[in-house]
Amino acid sequence: MFETALRGSRRYWGLVVMLLVIIGLGFILYLWQLKVGLKITGMSRDVSWGFYIAQFTYLVGIAASAVMVVLPYYLHDYKAFGRITVLGEFLAVAAVSMCALFILVDLGKPVRIFNILLHPTFNSVMFWDMAVLSVYLLLNIVIGWTVLEAERNAAPPPKWVRPLIYLSIPWAPSIHIVTAFLYSGIPGRGFWLTAIMAPRFLSSAFASGPALLVLLALIIRRFTRFDPGREQIQTLAKIVAYCIIINVLFFLFEVFTVFYSQIPEHMRHFEYLLFGIAGHEKLVPWMWVSFVWMVLASVILVIPSARREHSILAAGCTFVIIATWIDKGIGLITGGFVPNPFDRITEYWPTVPEAIITLGIWAMGFFILAILYKIAISVKEEVVS
Amino acid sequence: MDINRREFLKRVGASALVGLLGGWEAVEILAPGQVEASYLQKPNALTAKRWAMVVDMSKMDQQTVENCIAACHHIHNVPDINDPRREIKWIWLEEFENAFPGQYQEHVARRFEGKPFLVLCNHCDNPPCVRVCPTKATWKREDGIVMMDQHRCIGCRYCMAACPFGSRSFNWMDPRPFIKKGYPEYPTREKGVVEKCNFCTERLAKGLMPACVEISKGALMFSDLAEPESGVREVLREHYTIRRKSHLGTNPQVYYVV
Repeated sequence: MFETALRGSRRYWGLVVMLLVIIGLGFILYLWQLKVGLKITGMSRDVSWGFYIAQFTYLVGIAASAVMVVLPYYLHDYKAFGRITVLGEFLAVAAVSMCALFILVDLGKPVRIFNILLHPTFNSVMFWDMAVLSVYLLLNIVIGWTVLEAERNAAPPPKWVRPLIYLSIPWAPSIHIVTAFLYSGIPGRGFWLTAIMAPRFLSSAFASGPALLVLLALIIRRFTRFDPGREQIQTLAKIVAYCIIINVLFFLFEVFTVFYSQIPEHMRHFEYLLFGIAGHEKLVPWMWVSFVWMVLASVILVIPSARREHSILAAGCTFVIIATWIDKGIGLITGGFVPNPFDRITEYWPTVPEAIITLGIWAMGFFILAILYKIAISVKEEVVS
Repeated sequence: MDINRREFLKRVGASALVGLLGGWEAVEILAPGQVEASYLQKPNALTAKRWAMVVDMSKMDQQTVENCIAACHHIHNVPDINDPRREIKWIWLEEFENAFPGQYQEHVARRFEGKPFLVLCNHCDNPPCVRVCPTKATWKREDGIVMMDQHRCIGCRYCMAACPFGSRSFNWMDPRPFIKKGYPEYPTREKGVVEKCNFCTERLAKGLMPACVEISKGALMFSDLAEPESGVREVLREHYTIRRKSHLGTNPQVYYVV
């Protein structure tokens, strides 16, 4: 099947080359970071995690969302999604690959990464996160590839793949739950110390992932001979609509609890993010944009007539993707570290090299996605003709 | 002499083995028991079941604080990086309201005002940093000291997120150019690893008190919490003491007499 990735239009190759250039740029800057250390980033003693870990967290959500196409098809026999399960699975592969890279570039001593396997530590959530993510990556590669190959050969998928598919269904939320536990299980950071962290992660994941799938499906529909299907896109849109509404609600629950209880250790972080503290308000506009766009997207996507219009749907999904990205990719990590344990404020903003390395990894993810989607679409086109 | 590759490798292997065993034997003959003995504790080492520290604020003044910081940072090769975002610190100064944010009140006793509170790793009895570390690069010794292995640390900084006391520093760059006067008896660190106070384990092993305690003229006290007659226990019996963020359940082992 892989040979289909090596034959493509000019546009396909143009995309591949563009992504490779960005990857190369990011890689060069990463080499610099390896040489001089993480001082080239905006991170500090007080905000000791930044953009890298934030992207990791966001992308775990994107990866987890594959289950939203797999589950209806395999558990509820919702036939329509049979056409697009592979799109969800391959998106998960690309997203988890990015997660792994973001963890790698965040490490101070990346050459020692295998110490996690050499000295497995079961009380560390990070160990479990690594374990569930690795297995999830393997599951999606194997399942996606095998089922697609069967489709190409006009044969039913081999029997052994079924149990793996059933395993992948609970596995998907588990990766995001464990990732939420990274934060919600530590005592001194009031912003993260909340049981609703994992539910919030899941709701934003199941909104943002399917939203990205909708956009990708619309692009595929427009530029290839494979049509993921109007019904499929509409069902995904409904999933996005209700998950983003739940996500807004979860956020408001959190806001109520911290501002009504007035416990400083929890409230100060929200104060910083939503209003700023003593002139430190770098993230305030971002957080409001994120919140307003989430609400806006909820309204757009929940109205059936608006949702059915593909241009409005695309706008709504874009709002969801950007708003949830700001929420996790910008607010979540910095918000947990500000104010610091001494109730002092050190703000964080990524530096240019840090942003380019980040962009390089995103390009790597889209490179993997482009190759995998090219294979999937070529097979689908073959089958259609 | 003609030898082929296979023969050559055989001979190299054999001589390496002989060398290894020979080396061990030679040491055993010349200084019997010395190889194993070097892993054992020296007879004059200071030991305890549970080390703990008391900071007596009635005896603490600006000069003492500065001496403690200087002594510690010198003998541990802590770099002097003049940038609060990148700095490394093992023991330093905080105002009361920053060291004890939950306990601050507007009208505070006069003896607190402007008082320099020394803060350092609390060597918690239930340390969250140890709980989260994915490689056991930070761990708790039997005597309660929370240790750091800079050769195992992968620099993920999960421990820094987990520590509620901001006690940990990360080497954002090579620290060596920033060490003013090197101290050859203690290792320097590389970029990319986390470090913190180690209650001077290297000094305890030699029978010496931690450097800050030694220079503090009685303002700092260090002894065995499990020993009812120890100095720390005596102070805890006689005075009201507070600990930083004790409500978090980490059980910090640095007590402040205020």
